Amino acid sequence: MSAQRQIIMILYLSNSALDSDVRGWTIYDGTGQTYPTTGDSDTPPYPTGLAAMQDGWRVIQMPQLIPPDKDLEYTTSFFKFEYVFEKIVEVEA
Amino acid sequence: MTTATVSPELLLTTNQMASFAARGFLRFDSLVPDDLNRRVMDTFDAGPVARPAAGLPLSEVYAPGSPLDDLMHLPEIQGIVQSLVGPDPLFDHHAVHIRQPNEGRAQGLHGDAIIDTRMHFDIQLMYFPHDTPLEMGGTLLLPGSQFRRINESDIARYQNFVGQIPMVCEAGTVLALHHGIWHCGRRNQTDRVRYMFKIRLNPKVRQHRLWNTGDLDDQMQADPVTNLEARNRTEENIYSILSRPEPWYEFPVGRLEIVNRVKFWRFLTGSNTFDLSYWLTRLENEPENLAPAA
Repeated sequence: MSAQRQIIMILYLSNSALDSDVRGWTIYDGTGQTYPTTGDSDTPPYPTGLAAMQDGWRVIQMPQLIPPDKDLEYTTSFFKFEYVFEKIVEVEA
Repeated sequence: MTTATVSPELLLTTNQMASFAARGFLRFDSLVPDDLNRRVMDTFDAGPVARPAAGLPLSEVYAPGSPLDDLMHLPEIQGIVQSLVGPDPLFDHHAVHIRQPNEGRAQGLHGDAIIDTRMHFDIQLMYFPHDTPLEMGGTLLLPGSQFRRINESDIARYQNFVGQIPMVCEAGTVLALHHGIWHCGRRNQTDRVRYMFKIRLNPKVRQHRLWNTGDLDDQMQADPVTNLEARNRTEENIYSILSRPEPWYEFPVGRLEIVNRVKFWRFLTGSNTFDLSYWLTRLENEPENLAPAA
């Protein structure tokens, strides 16, 4: 008997365009087959967000474009261009 | 550790200081001699290392002649420390970080302590007392992350970035880090325990021109607005070093990181006009004088 599991991939892009370059990445594998972790790869899984879509990944969250708060216009912090993708795969239950 | 100032040739150079300002770390490969590496390893193997009280002068923390005292007495270490936080800084804390063999997971990416908005900065020395090959992990650094305001493990879901640095090094290597650098312990996939000794130090003096500044004023003579000629020189200089983006910078935010470096360099040097690529000079142009009547 088979069941469905979710794999999440988060790509941190160079700007708000989905076809801009990947600068950072994170993967969580709901199948339990792999255990990606911090610092385990030096090569992005895809060159751009669009390339991930073309390989079958579904975009499930796009970052909102929010103006900076007053007096924080020059403050740098978290990655603003965080896109969340998913892939649903069949596994043996 | 003595409180005497060290000789100028042991202090950091202006270019090294610019690299610290830009990337938030300096790396010194095989700095500690092998016999001292072995004595420190014997200390770690013997069991937990006592944790002295925070806020003591560094010179009062370690017993004279002990391996950790000898480590902090190395002239090269004293030169690094004095260049960044001044003579005899305050001891904040130290820790022996241990990564167990064949770990499945790495530590999450984080910044130490809590969110810290100061321009003044602490340093953390990371000392690797034995060889650290890639499969053993090594501390992972994100160069140039020191100005990003985050609180500890807020960033734990970030796994990888283009240009991240896994510390692969020989025994005796030392890193000097700005307190804000994002880092974590990579997983150890060997059958041996991995050690890394970390010590955090707080300045007692204003961090103003503490390094060997013999060439600083000459270097600062470049065109303060565009510095194009200086940035394009073959030999490294403060303008080329401070202008070089990290490969993980998002394009628009990366420009703000250059501005962060400009502000930090102004803090370190006391200059209120230093700039790169006209970024701050443009914003500071707010004329109030009225145009002559026609």
